[in-house]
Amino acid sequence: MAVPLIYNLRSVRARWVSAIVAVLGIAGTVGVFIAMLALANGFHTTLVSSGSDKNAIVMRAGSTSEMTGSVTMEQVKIIQDDPAVARDEKGKPILSPEVVVIAALPLKSTGTDANVQVRGVSEQALKVRNNIHMVQGRFFQPGLLELVVGKNATNSYSGLDYGSTIKFGGGTWKIVGVFDAGGSAFDSEVWGDARIVAEVYKRPDFIFQSVTARLTSPDAITQLRDRLSKDPRMTVQVDREIDYYQKQSQGLTGMITILGGTVAFIMGIGAVFGALNTMYSAVSERSREIATMRAIGFGSISIIVSFIFEALFIAFIGGLVGCIAVLKLNGYTTGAMNFQTFSHVAFAFRVTVPLFLEGILFALIMGFIGGVPPAIRAASRPVVLALRDL
Amino acid sequence: MKYFALLRANLFRKKLRTTLTIGSFAVALFLFGLLTVVRGAFNQGVDIAGADRLVVINKVSLINPLPIAYRDRMLRIPGVKFVTFDNWFGGVYIKESNFFPQFAVDIDNQRNVFPEMTVPEDQWKTFVEDQQGAIVGADTAKRFNWKIGDRIPIRAAIFGGDTWEFNIRGIYTAPEGNDLSQFWFQHKYLDERTKFLKGTVGWYTVKLENPDDAVRVAKTIDDMSANSPFETKTETEKAFATSFAKQAGNIEFLIFAIGIVVLFTLLLVTGNTMAISVRERVGELAVFKAIGFSDRFVLFFVLCESLLIAIIGGLLGLAACKGFTILVTKTGMLSGGFIQLFHLSGIAMLLGLGLSFAVGILAGILPAFSAMRLRVALALRRV
Repeated sequence: MAVPLIYNLRSVRARWVSAIVAVLGIAGTVGVFIAMLALANGFHTTLVSSGSDKNAIVMRAGSTSEMTGSVTMEQVKIIQDDPAVARDEKGKPILSPEVVVIAALPLKSTGTDANVQVRGVSEQALKVRNNIHMVQGRFFQPGLLELVVGKNATNSYSGLDYGSTIKFGGGTWKIVGVFDAGGSAFDSEVWGDARIVAEVYKRPDFIFQSVTARLTSPDAITQLRDRLSKDPRMTVQVDREIDYYQKQSQGLTGMITILGGTVAFIMGIGAVFGALNTMYSAVSERSREIATMRAIGFGSISIIVSFIFEALFIAFIGGLVGCIAVLKLNGYTTGAMNFQTFSHVAFAFRVTVPLFLEGILFALIMGFIGGVPPAIRAASRPVVLALRDL
Repeated sequence: MKYFALLRANLFRKKLRTTLTIGSFAVALFLFGLLTVVRGAFNQGVDIAGADRLVVINKVSLINPLPIAYRDRMLRIPGVKFVTFDNWFGGVYIKESNFFPQFAVDIDNQRNVFPEMTVPEDQWKTFVEDQQGAIVGADTAKRFNWKIGDRIPIRAAIFGGDTWEFNIRGIYTAPEGNDLSQFWFQHKYLDERTKFLKGTVGWYTVKLENPDDAVRVAKTIDDMSANSPFETKTETEKAFATSFAKQAGNIEFLIFAIGIVVLFTLLLVTGNTMAISVRERVGELAVFKAIGFSDRFVLFFVLCESLLIAIIGGLLGLAACKGFTILVTKTGMLSGGFIQLFHLSGIAMLLGLGLSFAVGILAGILPAFSAMRLRVALALRRV
């Protein structure tokens, strides 16, 4: 026969001080765990949402990132004539050969310089990445020293406000527009005309770092890759844009996840110790109660189940409190360096439902580990001895 | 210390509980140590940066080059002792995750500017004689099991994507806390294979006669290049490392926040345990007072118990953390090569001990006060 659950709920209430301590111990652990995962999740989502499965990014074979690529004008022409590249209503190929550099600008938050990614693009750039749209002003005019800036870039750096002018890379630029890239990494970038960026940065003419092309269909990438790899004039690698960004995010995401996982695991051990202490003292304070229950006919299994339930209940509340505390972080924007490109990317914490469930599960596991040994002790004391205890 | 036996007897009364409490202390201090290590790894350059060194980079960004002609102009500035230059190579050894920093160095001045990194004289000689020679830090050499004389292929990811061959000619060492993961090769080799870079360098490092000159020399260098196509930005090595570390993200805040949560949680757990054990011993404490021990003694006694637990736990945790960092550095695991300096400093350990002392007092203070205020008659009657 099972011990009524209300017995456990009431006894938690009766010993609320130590129950709260155990709850907070578990809440703290779960909170740190979820916060770190939300950070990694946010960075990953920001980078991955930058890529589209309908775009192909072409770089020199062996490049580790856009920063190290080089594609010549001749190669760009071959790519744009490929039938796998989509065309606009006027029949122009939709692709953007890009010059990718960085500029050191002061961050508003700290006043210290951070590297902003400066991307020289073609007029077709907004058609290639059709999830990006202008929210203020207009797109830059080709051939002029004009820039459009992402909404995170304009918020994060001093001097990138709409309408102002800024000097860097040996040119004085006018900021003519702000674009919204839907929370992707492009929001942290500054865009100008590729030729002008190359000129101002004294890069060789007609050499680009990468070419991003819109495909006629997501499957067309295989044909594009086949044709380009057979062409003797090309030494390039063709990646789906989304895969490229996926790969870019791996380093930092992996590092945060490992760090967060390690910290949470170690804290988890501490929290289990706390739960064990709470449950052991609960058991020893109630040894007569338990003996009485056994004397009136509750089996030892029912006692064990009952105490494990009590531990799980405390852990569940702890997990819930931890999750709710972290919920406040959702959407909080922070920044980190993308080590692949040496540039600064703004991203937001993302607390998602799966993370929530992971947190609760983690709490329940801690509760279970913290509850089993005391429960077994509760059930294994000889009834007669326990009853005789004062 | 005549009460030590009593203290010990009390600790051993509930072995399990004492173990668990000491365990949670150890866990918390282990974490504390780990967090300091991670923070230190992110700020690695900052703590070891030489005060007498300036870093000169292109004002546009650190990936833009500077002309070689600047070297002689900087050497003419009073107060400048040596000037060396480097290029970032960014090559890939077999696969990207094998990352370690590679620099094309100026063989004439590398050792003058960075005297803390030492190479045996005979190794340095063979390095200078071999255009494809390379010197590698002891950590990286150990990580890939490289020996002097080994031929190492590295794919030049930035410079054309071909594979370049290097001969390991020497292994450098440096005092604890320095980066032992770098890979140096001759700048001449880079110049020869990459025609378009000819006449430029990545950045300069300037060694000063006197650290007090830093501001003046930095300003002179920047003024010199003002309005030229290659404007410079000159900072002390420390400022440069700090701004680089800051860009990595607000690690400092993250670690601070986690630390607070951990300590708070710990405080609760231990405080609770102390409270329980005082509650259980109300009768005993009342007997103490009844036979003549003072209120202050009872307060002191309970506090001591809490402190003892805290210190033992703290020591265990810090020792475990120290062992862990040594293990990580030796094997190169976990860090993936990105963060080479996994090092728990003596100061951090002292700070950790101080923290466990503080938490021990805070956790014990409430139960200790309630023990002190115990009304003897009431407490004795309770049983």
